[in-house]
Order: sequence, then structure tokens, then C-alpha cells
Amino acid sequence: MLLIDCPFCGKRPELEFRYAGEAHIARPADPSGLGDEAWGRFLYGRGNPRGMHAERWRHLNGCGRFFNALRDTTDDRFAATYKIGEERPMVAEPQGARKA
Amino acid sequence: MPDLSQARRSVLEGLGSSDGAHGALSLLPPISRLIFRGRISTIGRVAAAFGVEPAMEPCRAAVSGERAALWLGPDEWLLLAREGEAPAIIGRLADALAPLSYSLVDVSHRQVGLKVTGEDAQAILNAGCPLDLDRHAFPIGMCTRTLLQKTEIVLWRVAEAAFQLEVARSFAPYALRFLQQAERDL
Repeated sequence: MLLIDCPFCGKRPELEFRYAGEAHIARPADPSGLGDEAWGRFLYGRGNPRGMHAERWRHLNGCGRFFNALRDTTDDRFAATYKIGEERPMVAEPQGARKA
Repeated sequence: MPDLSQARRSVLEGLGSSDGAHGALSLLPPISRLIFRGRISTIGRVAAAFGVEPAMEPCRAAVSGERAALWLGPDEWLLLAREGEAPAIIGRLADALAPLSYSLVDVSHRQVGLKVTGEDAQAILNAGCPLDLDRHAFPIGMCTRTLLQKTEIVLWRVAEAAFQLEVARSFAPYALRFLQQAERDL
């Protein structure tokens, strides 16, 4: 079973976790000052990259806390997990391996 | 307020504890349970008022006499005490924590306690719980929320070969029957 490294509890089975969308999307400070296009981008615009993806996860059936993770969308490997509020860690992406 | 303590019956009454298998399962008597949530700075006052210093280390339980504080999250602890003590504990904590913000919820009747004992305890639990329950990975005193097949439980290793489970009341018959089946299948 895939083990996910919760920043609080350590390595735990993936069954205990829930995916919660792309990470590092900050809510605009002044939503009423935004145009429809910018607001729509905030609501719906997502990177959907092929490769390393920063995303939020929640350790639902564990400590219950949200955290961020770097996961490779091509092979489902977790490169790093880190607490909410911390900087996205620098993780070297293997080059050339994922040309379609 | 009417006194409901006399009316309290376990949802598992009549389901039998072990069905004549290896005798590894037992039901725990009713106890008081409280979920405390608050900042780290409140913990000193909780320790003084409750009598147990809640563990700061993740997934660890602190025990003192008949009371225990189980770490469930970085700002969340499950406080266990004798049946009927909850109102007094809530009062004492409210006094001790007066100006601070925190959350304290009486969940005594929300969940049911089960115990799995014996050398097969690990195997019985692992029928539905994917955690590594080896004594090095899950030592005595470790506790955590996790899954038992389809239901969420709090699992606590109280001794080398004894685990305590807290399972939601409505899921308790399911959890007990699942464990009975796992015991029969050994």
C-alpha cells in the first residue's frame, strides 16, 4: 500500500488520507475589487501539470490536519510533504523521463 | 436535568463479547470522554486541572491513575476519565482556562470502548487496520485515529498484547462483529 508521510504522524497508509486540490492558491485579499475573469481564474484556474504537482492533502482518519505535498502526477510518487504555511521545498525533477 | 446515567446501556449488549472463539475481545465499561482542542499554551493549565499532562509528542497517550489524555492531533486530545466525572472535569477546566479560547466537548456517549488482548491481538486488528502494529512501529502508549475496515477508530496500545479501541457508537456493532469474524478466521 502507498504510504504517505504525514508531517505530524509520520508514514501512514494512503487509506487514511483525502486529496484536497492544488496547493498554494491564495484567496484574493479583496474579492469585490476583482473582475469576473480574475475571480474565475482564482476559482477554477488550476495548473494540472504533468510531473511534480504541489497539492493539499488531509490526514482525515488520523490527526485530521491539512498539509501540502509534492507528488509526481506521472508515477504517483510523493517527493515531499510539508506543513501548511511552509515554503514549497525544492525537489529536483527527473528530466527527459516523461516525454509523451 | 433528568439523570440519564441509570438509563445508560451499551449498544453492544447482547452481541456477546467473543462468540466462543479465542476470548480476545472484551467490551469496556462506560467511561467519561472529552475532546479538548486548544493551543499549546493552554496545555499547562489543562495538565493542572485534569491531573494528566497531555502528551506533546504525536500519537502518544499520557496516563495518570484512572485518567488518560490521548494525542489525536497537534491541537486535539481525547481525555478519558471515570464514568460520571465529565461534568466535574468540564467545570474544573472551565475555571482553569477562563480567559483563553478552547473547545471542550463531552463525547462520553458518542463512542464505545473495546479491548483486544492476547498474542493474536495484532493479527485480529490487522484484519481491518492497515497500520504496522509491530511493537517497534507501534509501541506501548502509542495511540492514533485510524481505520478499522470501513469505520474510524481510535487505537491505543495499552500493553504489549492489549489494545484499546474507541469506536463510534453507531458503528460499534459493525466493528465488534468484524473483529469477532477476524478472531474466528485466525
